[in-house]
Amino acid sequence: MKELYLVGFDDTEPSRRAVEFAIARAKASSGKILLLYVLEWSPYSFLTNEELAERHGRRKEELSRAEKIMEPIVENVRASGVECDVSVRYGDPAELICEHASEHEAVQIVVGRAGDSPFKARLLGSLVVTLAQVTPVPLTVVP
Amino acid sequence: MRRLALWLALPLLALAGNAFAQEAAEAALSVDERISAAVAPFVNPIVSTVFFSVPILGVDFPLIVGWLIVAATVFTLYFGFIQVRGFAHSISIVKGDYLDPNDAGEVTPFQALTTALSGTVGLGNIAGVGVAVYLGGPGATFWMILAGLLGMASKFTECILGVHYRNEYPDGTVSGGPMYYLSKGLSEQNRAGLGKFLAVFFSICCIGGALGGGNMFQANQSFAQMAGIFPAMADSGWLFGLVMAILVGIVIIGGIKSIARVTEKVVPSMAALYVGAALIIIFANIEAVPAAFGAIIDGAFTGEGVVGGAIGALIQGFRRAAFSNEAGIGSAAIAHSAVQTKHPATEGYVALLEPFIDTVVICTMTSLVIIITGVWVPDSGVSGIDLTSQAFSSNIPWFRYVLAVAAILFAFSTMLSWSYYGMKAWTYLFGEGKARELVFKFIFLVFIVIGASMGLGPVIDFSDSMIFAMSLANILGLYFLMSKVKELLNDYNARLRSGEIRKVGKEAAAKRA
Repeated sequence: MKELYLVGFDDTEPSRRAVEFAIARAKASSGKILLLYVLEWSPYSFLTNEELAERHGRRKEELSRAEKIMEPIVENVRASGVECDVSVRYGDPAELICEHASEHEAVQIVVGRAGDSPFKARLLGSLVVTLAQVTPVPLTVVP
Repeated sequence: MRRLALWLALPLLALAGNAFAQEAAEAALSVDERISAAVAPFVNPIVSTVFFSVPILGVDFPLIVGWLIVAATVFTLYFGFIQVRGFAHSISIVKGDYLDPNDAGEVTPFQALTTALSGTVGLGNIAGVGVAVYLGGPGATFWMILAGLLGMASKFTECILGVHYRNEYPDGTVSGGPMYYLSKGLSEQNRAGLGKFLAVFFSICCIGGALGGGNMFQANQSFAQMAGIFPAMADSGWLFGLVMAILVGIVIIGGIKSIARVTEKVVPSMAALYVGAALIIIFANIEAVPAAFGAIIDGAFTGEGVVGGAIGALIQGFRRAAFSNEAGIGSAAIAHSAVQTKHPATEGYVALLEPFIDTVVICTMTSLVIIITGVWVPDSGVSGIDLTSQAFSSNIPWFRYVLAVAAILFAFSTMLSWSYYGMKAWTYLFGEGKARELVFKFIFLVFIVIGASMGLGPVIDFSDSMIFAMSLANILGLYFLMSKVKELLNDYNARLRSGEIRKVGKEAAAKRA
């Protein structure tokens, strides 16, 4: 079985660099890559009546947009000769990344660092911190 | 006629708060009077028709209250006490036990419940209970709880139909509610004409109810609460209304959901604070609780100190419960029809929790506090939100400020919900489209200012009656369609038994993957 690198992708520059990093690793160990794009979603967040009515349509839109974003990325990975799968899921990013890592027996989780500016990092940095605490497999954070 | 008008005006006048009513009356007498006089000839016949009362043991009993209670009782019996048998199942659905992880990103039962609750938990739980206890005595609480328990079956019925007969559009949005199940459901039974008529009747009343009970009443009462605390503001109702209208407008026209979301983040904590404060007062006076329950039970059957005795207590309890939890009115069916579910029946189970939370839990808390603190004085003139405010501040003096803020936030979220219900009825009548929606939203905002700045008794009476009038068409339709609900329910139970619909645990999901 090929070694699997799980990349948590969120359409930011650091996460693109994480993909590049994973390609290099996968090539070196002739492994494969699973790209996981998590759309943040809490089943307990509050929705207004209007959002309730539009939710089903919005979800379809968001999923197809995510697929469109992923397409060139996957293409790029495959072009470099590495086998690649994609999964787009709704939920809590840390939870889903860990779940996927154990389910698919990944050898490593690769994510981009939180942000390019320290301010953003403060604001959004919880994913990497959470992952570091609960990850079931080795975790690489790409700057 | 005059007696009826008096009976109707009494709770509203009392509600408006004595200080505010007097000052506002002096300040805006001429404008108010002129507008009131102008609309009265059109409005009064409608109000007296909707609230047509028959004397029972010397008390005027509004038939519409009986209409709601009889319907709730019929549905309770027809579905074999579903609110008792299905309660555990309801909790399990709301907890998400049946959610397929692959459907993540869709509206969850929990979200549908909280959105619908934000439309019903509000001034009815604070002001309405104050009126019920003032006019109906402690015994009104008993009937209020009973009405809440029975109402669970009405919500169950209407929300299943709401999901089953909703319209789904190619862009993925959904429209549902009584207007759709009345027209579609009845035409399945070869009663297309009647169905169409009821749907249109419902829509007109729903627009009236949205502008009135869901808007003017809210603006008026939250301003009354403000004016009670800051007497200097008593003359600036229009300003308060304008600020409210701008905030609501930013959300419903500007599409800035963040304000709605901020409110909705605050509203649950307000509700929690409210219930928490009530619990503190109840526990602080724990020795008075048995006596309070004694008074509630005694009052329910003897009606001591209440106009009309036990029947008077019953009417007040039933009426305020109906106004608070909206069971049988049809509004919840609009909110619930958008949910993504594998079977319409699940939505019925979710919806039956609403009257329970709204009436059986929150309203009961309010009335227990009023009874325990002993602030209720018959014929004192202190009623509605003032009575509740007094009860809470007798133990926690600063709590009246929390209550005022809570009242405004509750009013705000109720307005947002009703602006949506009204708009759905509006687009049902006039067709969908951004421009048409905008017209309704603009009218809605204008009514906020009117509601806050004037003490228009007849107009508020009218809007109050419109909310109840929605139930005329809705419940009639529910009687025709309840066999359909049973069919859907049997189908659901069969699927539950066969295991086609089953709990999705973490382990089960992991195994499948």
